[in-house]
Amino acid sequence: MNIYAYLVAFWLIVAGSAGIVRSRNLIHSVVCLSVAQAGTYVLLLAVGFQSKASPPVFGSPPSKPSLSVTDPVVQAMTLTDVVVSATVTALLLAIAIQIHKRHGTVDPDELRALRG
Amino acid sequence: MNRTARTVMFLVAGGGVAVLAVLAVLRMPAFGGSHHPYRDHAVRASVSHATSNVVASINFDQRGMDTLGEETILLASVVGVSVLLRPAEDESKSEHLGSGRVLDATRLGGYVLLPVTLVVGFDVVAQGHLTPGGGFQGGVVLGTGMHLLYVAGRYQALERLRPVSAFEWGEAFGAAAFACLGISSLLVTGAFLANVIPWGTFGGLLSAGTVPVLNGAVGVEVASGVMVLLAKFLEQAIFVRSGEGGTR
Repeated sequence: MNIYAYLVAFWLIVAGSAGIVRSRNLIHSVVCLSVAQAGTYVLLLAVGFQSKASPPVFGSPPSKPSLSVTDPVVQAMTLTDVVVSATVTALLLAIAIQIHKRHGTVDPDELRALRG
Repeated sequence: MNRTARTVMFLVAGGGVAVLAVLAVLRMPAFGGSHHPYRDHAVRASVSHATSNVVASINFDQRGMDTLGEETILLASVVGVSVLLRPAEDESKSEHLGSGRVLDATRLGGYVLLPVTLVVGFDVVAQGHLTPGGGFQGGVVLGTGMHLLYVAGRYQALERLRPVSAFEWGEAFGAAAFACLGISSLLVTGAFLANVIPWGTFGGLLSAGTVPVLNGAVGVEVASGVMVLLAKFLEQAIFVRSGEGGTR
């Protein structure tokens, strides 16, 4: 049974979400979101994995292309996923800085009402 | 909603998701199996387009449209961070720089690794269609590599080498170049981001058609984007003082 990679992926997603729910600090929630997103990387790469296959790169020095490679489609999706995760993290951290400036706290529970 | 209610709600929902996930996993194709239909098509398409890095072929050739969306997300987030982190009315930019102490070993390490990192970054971008890497990865190496100057303890040196406005233009230029390449190939071939230049020989530096060009455009955009992002955060941490005189 080799379902551990899938289970690890879902564990990361659920654990990251639990961290967001229980968070007392906005920076901590942003890191938890990154953990949850790491689960999606593991899931995508696990779906594309093939035992004893080589990576889907045949260049430099050129090797003979074969079909016995890991799935490049999910790897390309993982790349997209990583880029989006990094940019979203930057944006959320900037928002956390603004919230700290305006409200003087980064505890989500203390942010009661919307203020201008 | 208070913490207890929120936690109970999460336990119910998260538990449900976990059960569904395990049920789904048990009926998925076996891990490590050889049945990958998309892989078969993608590898054949990539080889017929003389691109030896299949992942690059997917990102910049077969699904180039998605990559345009991806780098638009990057552009949007850089713009968002710049807007959110500009100094507010009640904040002042302090010109005084505390002179921290940097270990000689750190300084030496920073200066030695700076050129090495930059060369590696350019190489990762330029060979993105042959070896693992590409515009996104190389751009991040370039953008963060420049900050070795900051680690080496010279923020002024970094500021001279890094006029932020130039990198803001670079960010826009990279995104625009990608879109313009797409539109020009639409005009020439009738398909958005279709290849317009000769494919070249498989495995050669000049191969894969427009993939290396698009890699370069993305490399410029990502490197500039990372520079702008880090610049805004560093400026926030080092220079901006809040109105009450506090030093957050």
